[in-house]
Amino acid sequence: MSALQAHNLAVDLGQRHALSRVDLTLSSGRLTVIVGPNGAGKTTLMRTLAGLLEPTAGQVTLDGHPVSRMQAGERSRCIAYLPQGGAIAWPLPVSEVIALGRLPHGEKPDNLPPRGQEAVAQAIHAVGLEEFESRPATELSGGERARVLLARALATQAPVLLADEPVAALDPRHQLVVLDVLRAQARAGRTVAVIMHDLTLAARFADEIVLLNHGLVAASGAPEAVLTEEKLAANFGIQAHVSHEDGHLVVVADRPLPAPGYESVRPGTE
Amino acid sequence: MHSPRLPLILGLVLLVGGLSVASLVIGPAPIPPLRALAALVSDQGSTSVVVRDIRLPRTLLAILIGWIFGLTGAGLQGLLRNPLADTAVFGAPQAAAFGAVLVLYSGLVGALSWALPFAAILGALASIALVVAVAGRRATVVVLVLSGLAIGSLAGAGTSLAITLSPNPFAVTEIVFWLLGSFEDRSIVHVLLAAPFIVMASALVLASSTGLRALALGEETARSLGVNVMRLRVLLVAGAAVGTGAAVAVAGSIGFVGLVAPHLVRPFAGYDPARTLVPSGLGGAALLLAADCAVRLIPSQTEIKIGVLTAILGVPFFLWVIARRKAELSEMPV
Repeated sequence: MSALQAHNLAVDLGQRHALSRVDLTLSSGRLTVIVGPNGAGKTTLMRTLAGLLEPTAGQVTLDGHPVSRMQAGERSRCIAYLPQGGAIAWPLPVSEVIALGRLPHGEKPDNLPPRGQEAVAQAIHAVGLEEFESRPATELSGGERARVLLARALATQAPVLLADEPVAALDPRHQLVVLDVLRAQARAGRTVAVIMHDLTLAARFADEIVLLNHGLVAASGAPEAVLTEEKLAANFGIQAHVSHEDGHLVVVADRPLPAPGYESVRPGTE
Repeated sequence: MHSPRLPLILGLVLLVGGLSVASLVIGPAPIPPLRALAALVSDQGSTSVVVRDIRLPRTLLAILIGWIFGLTGAGLQGLLRNPLADTAVFGAPQAAAFGAVLVLYSGLVGALSWALPFAAILGALASIALVVAVAGRRATVVVLVLSGLAIGSLAGAGTSLAITLSPNPFAVTEIVFWLLGSFEDRSIVHVLLAAPFIVMASALVLASSTGLRALALGEETARSLGVNVMRLRVLLVAGAAVGTGAAVAVAGSIGFVGLVAPHLVRPFAGYDPARTLVPSGLGGAALLLAADCAVRLIPSQTEIKIGVLTAILGVPFFLWVIARRKAELSEMPV
């Protein structure tokens, strides 16, 4: 049981209030998807939840313990974080990149104990990269590289896994592969939170959706409750059609609504 | 799943050993290898004087300075996730030289004073810290090279100013030759002056090795893996500054060893920044020993300065790396 909670969280970035009054609970065994327009504060929220950003007010707790008071080593064993668009600087073999996920346990990639080797093998298996193990990670396609980085986060075997846009820039097949892995992690009892922009995909995989806008939690709950046409209009500024097909919720963004500050948006004229 | 590192290190140690013997043997008065080794440990008259007092100090300096340049080059390349990072590219040798020249020029101390390495270290520290601060998190090749160029030019201008204003023409000649970088006429006192700083710098750089590993995946990931990125930066900047400062203080400015050495060992050591550190240091020592033997073999009226030779060989290499990685010049490597 690992619950990561934000209590009345506020984060200021310079002059800007990036987050205010955020209360939320990420429970173990559940996949929470964080959605919201660009600049809503999604990444700021995730970095704060991961303990990488100090909140201006409020606090983040893991099973009741404030994350900001945890030692860096302990925190890194409890919370695995996959940043947005992660780069790999050197042409390291895939297995070595994934083995970096064992650093929080004090295990060095070139001298892994059996426990670490098993964790790395499991992570490689979970994302289906067995045949790529010794290939230089920089030579892989975007989809394969995203799986390598995900496997790196999995190899830590932390009870909490936070992933910032892990499926951005991936083809539909790789999006499904990665989200399947994340959902399997949640089913295995981990606490998983993911930021993403594809609302249909979010509805399909999320146990719970948190809709963030202007640094505030605009709505949270089951996908059907959050992804309504009214809420999408109010928070994303789009006119959208929400329907159900074969038991799946489908969101089709139709057109942008006139945004405050703009004259009007009239697609199709002229 | 990993390339074994021990044979590589052993091989490099043997290479450094072989080149050291060559360095004791080569010179205006050729001495056979066995005789040179004998002269080192027992009294062989004038041969012992040549080997112990003239060739041993420069051999030791070449090893120490090559080692620290290779080590800090690999460390800085790991820190900035950029294969073009090196103290020379950051203008650190020029800045260190400027610091040292200021001390020399002021006439406060002689060329063998402890103040010299400290002044050189301060100069190097200022330049490296400035480049790391300016280039910072998004260390593109362009930003790195440009900020290093700016700082190197500024330090060079300062040195030129000191030379121009110098009232003593003999001091000017001394400063200019010292600036070119050489192991000629160095004594064991120079070795003792530099060694403590180089040991300290090595400890600082080697302490960063685990953090460098994680940094391969970017700062955010490194921090999430429990690495204190700030501490890592301080360790490497301090290590590079202390190492460069000490080296420049005793041997003048010798560049590009730190740039070249990591590239030469990567095909054998792999790309993990932590595992390139020690092989790069040994590679740097071998490179500088070889260069110091070469300047003694190149026929000329006076000995070619080793700093000149490393620059002549290092700059084309630098351009070659740029050409090979041209695609990255237009995008973020981090």
